[in-house]
Amino acid sequence: MSTLRQWLGEFVGLFVEDGSLALAILAVVAGAALLAATTAPPILIGLLLLGGCLAVLIENVMRARRNAPPR
Amino acid sequence: MSNWATIAPAITSAFLASLVEVVEAFTIVLAVASVRGARPAVGGTLAGLAVLALIVLVFGPAVDHIPLWLLQISVGVLLLLFGMRWLRKAVLRAAGIIALHDEEAAYHKETAQLQEEIRRQLTRADWLAGLTAFKAIVVEGLEVVFIVIAVGAGRGLLWPASFGALAAGALVLGAGLALHRPLARVPENALKFGVGVMLSAFGVFWTGEGLGVPWPGEDLAVLVFVGTFLAVGLGLVALLRSRAAPELAR
Repeated sequence: MSTLRQWLGEFVGLFVEDGSLALAILAVVAGAALLAATTAPPILIGLLLLGGCLAVLIENVMRARRNAPPR
Repeated sequence: MSNWATIAPAITSAFLASLVEVVEAFTIVLAVASVRGARPAVGGTLAGLAVLALIVLVFGPAVDHIPLWLLQISVGVLLLLFGMRWLRKAVLRAAGIIALHDEEAAYHKETAQLQEEIRRQLTRADWLAGLTAFKAIVVEGLEVVFIVIAVGAGRGLLWPASFGALAAGALVLGAGLALHRPLARVPENALKFGVGVMLSAFGVFWTGEGLGVPWPGEDLAVLVFVGTFLAVGLGLVALLRSRAAPELAR
């Protein structure tokens, strides 16, 4: 049972390692999906997706840098 | 319609991502072989490959029955989760914030762990060794299967993506059999960086397609996304390194 749990953990870990990164990506996609349900121009949805993902990456990396132990 | 602008990145992504995974699996199988001999290593590997084949045969046809928009969004989101995770880690490793993955160290750690487990349960030594090889093949192989589905399913590119993955497997197996040691010289972080960039770009593309975004330039938009993620990733590495240099000088 513990082996199965360990394997399941490893499988989930393929996609989610840093929970805040995964949540932020899902929030960007949810925002784009909400925008898609309105009359917003489709290209705006695309820009939100691309810009949002890049912003999430930059914020997460910079935060990891700030939280890293001093060398 | 698929063209080389989507086929080439699909093959390349599947090849490079699979290369990383197969190298990791090979390191563990090699550790098993060095501790308990070829039999449990080969047995565990074959059993793992059989389970993977079964998973593909059972779940593969189901992909054809999922509505295209839903498949594109699902695959797109999974690609974003998977690709941006790799890209983030590769950026942090390239900038020296977290340690690089070391196949030699992984090999020695796996060997020591297995020897310790076997020492505690001598009667089940071959079984434990075989199970270790089996687990490595299934876990790393599932990543390969996912990558192939993710980069290939959205536009009917499963065969080119599978070809990329198989080529990676053949290359690692050939090199591994020739060298008989962990493939420590594979520039793993550079590969993960490149694959993270490509998977993230595909993730934005497929998610957008699923949400009905008419990308300017259609399939060529993927190349623009690849360039954008690459530029941002390299920019982040340069920024973090430049900030680290004055700190080290202090």
